[in-house]
Amino acid sequence: MKRIVFILLAAWPLAGQVSFERIVRAESEPGNWLTYSGNYSGHRHSPLDQIQAGNVARLKPVWMYQVNALHKLETTPLVVDGIMYLTEPPSNLTALDTRTGRKLWIYRRSTPKDVRVCCGQVNRGAAILDDLVFLGTVDAHLVALDARTGLVRWDVKVADYKTGYSITVAPLAVRDKIIVGVAGGEYGVRGLLDAYDARTGKRVWRFWTIPSPGEKGSETWDSESWKTGSATTWVTGSFDPETNLVYWGTGNPGPDWNGDVRRGDNLYSDCLLALDADTGKLKWHFQFTPHDVHDWDSVQVPVLAEATIRGERKKVVLFANRNGFYYVLDRSNGHFLSGRPLARQTWAKGLDDNGRPVLLPGMDPSTEGTKVYPSVAGATNWFSPSYNPKTNLFYVAVREEGSVYYKGDADYKAGSLFNAGGFKGIPGEEPYGAIRALEPATGAVRWEFRLFSPPWAGVLSTAGGVVFGGTNEGNFLALDASTGKTLWRFQTGGQVISNPISYLSDGKQQVAIAAGNAVLAFGLE
Amino acid sequence: MVRFMAVFAACVLAGAAQDRSDEPVLERNPFTSAADRARGKQIFLAQCAPCHGPDGNGGRGANLARPRLPRASTDSALFRIIRDGIPGTEMPGAWVLIDREIWQVAAYVQTLGQRAAERISGNARRGEDLFRTKGKCLTCHTVRFTGGRMGPALTEVGRSRSAAFLRRKLLRPDAEIPEGYIFVEAVTRDGSRLSGFRLNEDTYSIQVRDLSDRLHSLWKDELSELRRSSAYTPMPSFDGVFTAAELDDLVAYLISLRGES
Repeated sequence: MKRIVFILLAAWPLAGQVSFERIVRAESEPGNWLTYSGNYSGHRHSPLDQIQAGNVARLKPVWMYQVNALHKLETTPLVVDGIMYLTEPPSNLTALDTRTGRKLWIYRRSTPKDVRVCCGQVNRGAAILDDLVFLGTVDAHLVALDARTGLVRWDVKVADYKTGYSITVAPLAVRDKIIVGVAGGEYGVRGLLDAYDARTGKRVWRFWTIPSPGEKGSETWDSESWKTGSATTWVTGSFDPETNLVYWGTGNPGPDWNGDVRRGDNLYSDCLLALDADTGKLKWHFQFTPHDVHDWDSVQVPVLAEATIRGERKKVVLFANRNGFYYVLDRSNGHFLSGRPLARQTWAKGLDDNGRPVLLPGMDPSTEGTKVYPSVAGATNWFSPSYNPKTNLFYVAVREEGSVYYKGDADYKAGSLFNAGGFKGIPGEEPYGAIRALEPATGAVRWEFRLFSPPWAGVLSTAGGVVFGGTNEGNFLALDASTGKTLWRFQTGGQVISNPISYLSDGKQQVAIAAGNAVLAFGLE
Repeated sequence: MVRFMAVFAACVLAGAAQDRSDEPVLERNPFTSAADRARGKQIFLAQCAPCHGPDGNGGRGANLARPRLPRASTDSALFRIIRDGIPGTEMPGAWVLIDREIWQVAAYVQTLGQRAAERISGNARRGEDLFRTKGKCLTCHTVRFTGGRMGPALTEVGRSRSAAFLRRKLLRPDAEIPEGYIFVEAVTRDGSRLSGFRLNEDTYSIQVRDLSDRLHSLWKDELSELRRSSAYTPMPSFDGVFTAAELDDLVAYLISLRGES
């Protein structure tokens, strides 16, 4: 026993001590994957370069971890000093050894049978801070676990799951707080973003994404509609330590497809929010789709970068939106700098000087059905883009697809779906997908790799000049970061509905992806 | 740990309070009037259509506009699925619907794939003969355990298709190609040609059943040409082949195929 303990200690000397400063400097320890997007800037870029364009063709599976779950696996694992922390649906968390793929511990949560999740009991990942790992649960709790044992340190109720709230998002650890959002946009909840004290679980601040009467922005809602206006926060945002601002996207206004009961712009639905990390106070917002009637949540990962816009170097947010447009915003004030279509879209003539869409007539959902591009799943969705500072390219998985949108009636009933309509595919059309490399400042397409169907997997770029992505048909693939040509591919046997990561295990670079009901790790030998 | 146990207990209780899967279910749907179906349709559009599509044709969820729902062949089975969901799938239980509403949705769902047997003038017996002889339909279509694999199996075609559709199909086979029938023509780099129907496809490969019933799996980067068509069918038109009376007989036979032995 003594010997085992000794070996473990030798292998993981730093396990479980992830300070805020380490996450801020995540690029300086590329062997770890410390936060959902790899760094606070939302880059999903690995500075590792053992696996390169020249040798990625030799990539082989190192291990495979099978999840004994009935629900989809959407997790982005974290890796700290050789230990992977991955969430399993519905709300479990496993720590495993990245050398052997063997489990160290698992936290299993008993979740109620009647949780309200529109689109599967999923979980997209954990956060880690100091010696604690954090996960949100489908019954809308936030749980802190001891990183060494998986034992519960605290467990707090974020919201009432019976009224439609759930948590599927990976929390974000910032300084001494855990920031967590909610899902429930199909149930007419009132959206919120919370921050909890990482040590105690005490709530430090709450930002309601829908202002109440009297507050600024409340004039953008009809009568009582703000109470059931959704605007949820189900994908992890980014953080800028310099300005101390958290950047977080918000979801669609509810009900999804009938806007008659919520006339107005419906702030802050479909927005990017910039909030003070200490207080949760709103610094600025940018609304991508005012008065959305197509369910185009703006919960994509905000990518913080610098770009030269009209000759001026600026700190910007790059945002590929579900509504079909790519945006560049000024990071300091949310002003619109540039934008252009990301995929085929038929609902707007374009964006005006302030980035507001100029609507085309007749594109709202209707009783008989209205054909619109992009589809209800959007030109992109929650899966992550990637930014490679070295190639200065923004990589994004894009969906080329339309929907027929229906408008219906729905009476609000707490805990019940609140959609007011529906949708279907466009008969006779075979949609497709692509991984595209965009010039960050303009959104101009540098290259495109076409995918058989509209994807549900994010992308990872690496300093080795490789972009990893996945497909619905189970392909895990590596593209040349400068040309988009396939360098390597592997058939995982299950749909890829997740984001890749990269890290070191025993000094050797691995790339991991969740596919089907498994997590697979790949390495060069 | 104390706090953890408390939460655990609360969750179990909540689950027990909501879990209705042990409650008995009536054998037959007591709510099947036109008004019930209309209310069921309303609920369906609001709560089921986002996944199953407004016409029940499927999408994220299963296609319900089919003659037999494999998981819900009886009223009570359908009720249970709507109420409890299907473990292991994305199909959630309808926690907030009361029993009457569940029955109403079930009543509507059962209308999606059913077409009443239509009165038609032809003679099904004669139609069957024509189907086997003059039409040579079994070359490509299976009825029960006999026939070819190229076209859709017709064992239950009378449940899902109308007489008007079948008549149209015999005269203009390319007017409406069934979903999933993608005709593929491929040329490999060494010049060999292949055509048939697509069985599967991903970004890098495609699987095909050729017109001689052979199976092929091909890497796309080994192909010099790959064309797909959802508008092509090898089925010939029977316009001018059958007399009007023969056509009536054939349609009568096809409509009689309802999967019953």
